[in-house]
Amino acid sequence: MKTLAWEEPTMNLRPDPTFHATPKLAMEAPAETLAFTLMLSPDGSQPDGLAVVDVDPSSKTYGQIVHQLIMPNKGDEFHHFGWNACSSALSPLTGHAFLERRYLIIPGIRSSRIYVIDVREPREAKIHKIIEPEEVFARTGYSRPHTIHCGPEGIYVSTLGGGGADGTDGPPGIFIMDCETFEILGRYEMDRGEQDKHYDFWWNLPRDYMVSSEWGLPPQFENGIVAEDLLSNKYGHKIHFWNLRERRNVQTIDLGANHQMALEIRPAHDPAKDYGFCGVVVDATNLQGAIFTWWQKDDGSFEAKKTITIDPRPEKAENLPPLLQGFEAVPPLVTDIDLSLDDKYLYVACWGLGEMHQYDVSDPMNPKLAGKVEIGGIARGTKHPNGKDFAYGPQMVEISRDGKRVYWTNSLYSTWDDQFYPGDEGGQMVMANVGEGGGLELDTDFYIEFPKGYRSHQIRLEGGDCSTDSFCYPSV
Amino acid sequence: MEGVDTATALWWAVVASGIYHGVNPGMGWPLAVSAALMDRNEGSLFKALLALAGGHLLAMAAILFPFTALLFLAEWQREIQIGAACLVIALGLYLLVNRRHPRFLARVPPSRLALWSFLAAMAHGAGLMLVPIYLGICRTIETDAGHAAASELMTGNASVAVAVAVSHTLAMTVSGGAIAYGVYRWLGLRFLSKGWFNLDIVWALSLVLVGTISLVFAH
Repeated sequence: MKTLAWEEPTMNLRPDPTFHATPKLAMEAPAETLAFTLMLSPDGSQPDGLAVVDVDPSSKTYGQIVHQLIMPNKGDEFHHFGWNACSSALSPLTGHAFLERRYLIIPGIRSSRIYVIDVREPREAKIHKIIEPEEVFARTGYSRPHTIHCGPEGIYVSTLGGGGADGTDGPPGIFIMDCETFEILGRYEMDRGEQDKHYDFWWNLPRDYMVSSEWGLPPQFENGIVAEDLLSNKYGHKIHFWNLRERRNVQTIDLGANHQMALEIRPAHDPAKDYGFCGVVVDATNLQGAIFTWWQKDDGSFEAKKTITIDPRPEKAENLPPLLQGFEAVPPLVTDIDLSLDDKYLYVACWGLGEMHQYDVSDPMNPKLAGKVEIGGIARGTKHPNGKDFAYGPQMVEISRDGKRVYWTNSLYSTWDDQFYPGDEGGQMVMANVGEGGGLELDTDFYIEFPKGYRSHQIRLEGGDCSTDSFCYPSV
Repeated sequence: MEGVDTATALWWAVVASGIYHGVNPGMGWPLAVSAALMDRNEGSLFKALLALAGGHLLAMAAILFPFTALLFLAEWQREIQIGAACLVIALGLYLLVNRRHPRFLARVPPSRLALWSFLAAMAHGAGLMLVPIYLGICRTIETDAGHAAASELMTGNASVAVAVAVSHTLAMTVSGGAIAYGVYRWLGLRFLSKGWFNLDIVWALSLVLVGTISLVFAH
């Protein structure tokens, strides 16, 4: 089963009702009723899958997995995924106004295989097309596809590896897929400058710039975190700014070599604002987690400044996994961040501490902690308010469009879960309600246990969420 | 009298096609709204409209003037008109079959609206749609003028081309501008997703229609 019968995606007569001109209009749209969550088999003994979760409180099956689509291959390791089309299609510049938001593009970061899943009928989600790893390698010279965004030229896919068996033959980068046929068109970069590692990317479409970040090369993560590399600052610590349509790296900012693993890039959703955030997993000198605010200056160049630091928690060596015993502390491990559509709250997952932080970033240069939830965590293992266990810590986080609900799951990456939480197992998805003036509280009734042998990763909400859609018009 | 009526109808067709292009979001008015909102300045809306109009006008001129030059071959006028009609029909049929949007348009930076407008008009055959109408107008004038000298004809045809391109672009800019301003001031951007219809098929069919009418009248 290489490629299923090719069928032309149908065009709508009006723009898809889930496309919104501004973040504000997206917030006013009807609330999500379904979520899509990735299921991964950490040891590759079962194929990975896509879980369709009922998140409609008025439904009888609320808080349950109502459909599972299990893939035909093993060992894909699902991680991040995205839509074939989003609100960015409403720009006349792209010519894609009548695409349907209908397909989820799910890459396997271990196998480099890409699945295109038709979710027009979410409860009957089915495979539309499979792109085999050989095709990804041959057409791009990249491997280990990761982040998906829909943009001006189609579907943009970031990769973590270059060519060769271990992905170190040439730098990783971004490639573009056709948003109608899902054919791989080729590499994005015309001039990558000093960029030699990759992780996340996002952009400001009217201002025509893109920002990308760095994790590490495949040998630095596939078999677990490499402690020597971390202590010698060999993971990524730079963010790159690109002229989006010229496909040129115009500026690289080094956050400082000790700021190891610059991961999630979250630009303000309102394109009139010219700033954004980047989460740094760990400061190798003091184990702090950090958030940097980056912004564009009047002359068009960029700057970045550390605006949030999160301290490690001292802990007796005997309670810690072998990897951390020498430090006698639990690092926060900022592994995911997400920004609400009104650009007001930044959610920061502290996967090591076992905390989800909510920062008021109305003033992006001066974030204030507004709310916090404790659940899971190294040497702490805080239980869910319903009394059940939460394995690992809060990780992939997704916010509802209206900003009132925050969902998250618990797995970081198969081999890393096992290093930081040896002996722990399980996949959970939980939800917290956001208070009127800020604050965050876990919902006792929303707790999903994934099927045995599966861990849970990124969440996508029906009709778009706070890390999928790019907007072309300001909210005013 | 019949010549005058035909001419009037054809001039109205020039204006109507301008309005048709103008109200279609695909020809760019939402970019003017975006410019004003991004800059928090109403003036940016008009600057953007001007850039879009400039690009569109250039695209019209780029298509019409080669036909003006061709009309120098006065004795081939009927053949030219038939040829142009066939070309328009062929483009319409092509756009009916190939519904993909040209990807190179997405490579144009949002700051270069005039270039984008020019390329968008070229790629969708907006100028070609005017050719049969233009040739029709030229014929009505010549019927009136009788046996004018070739050089006079040439000047006449060129000024008609300018008039056609300008009035079409003016109609396009006024109609698109009215919607852009209305959305900016009163309607809000919700109008964009509610009021945008997929005109791909209608557009292709209108090319075929214009070509066919022209063919019928050429005989």
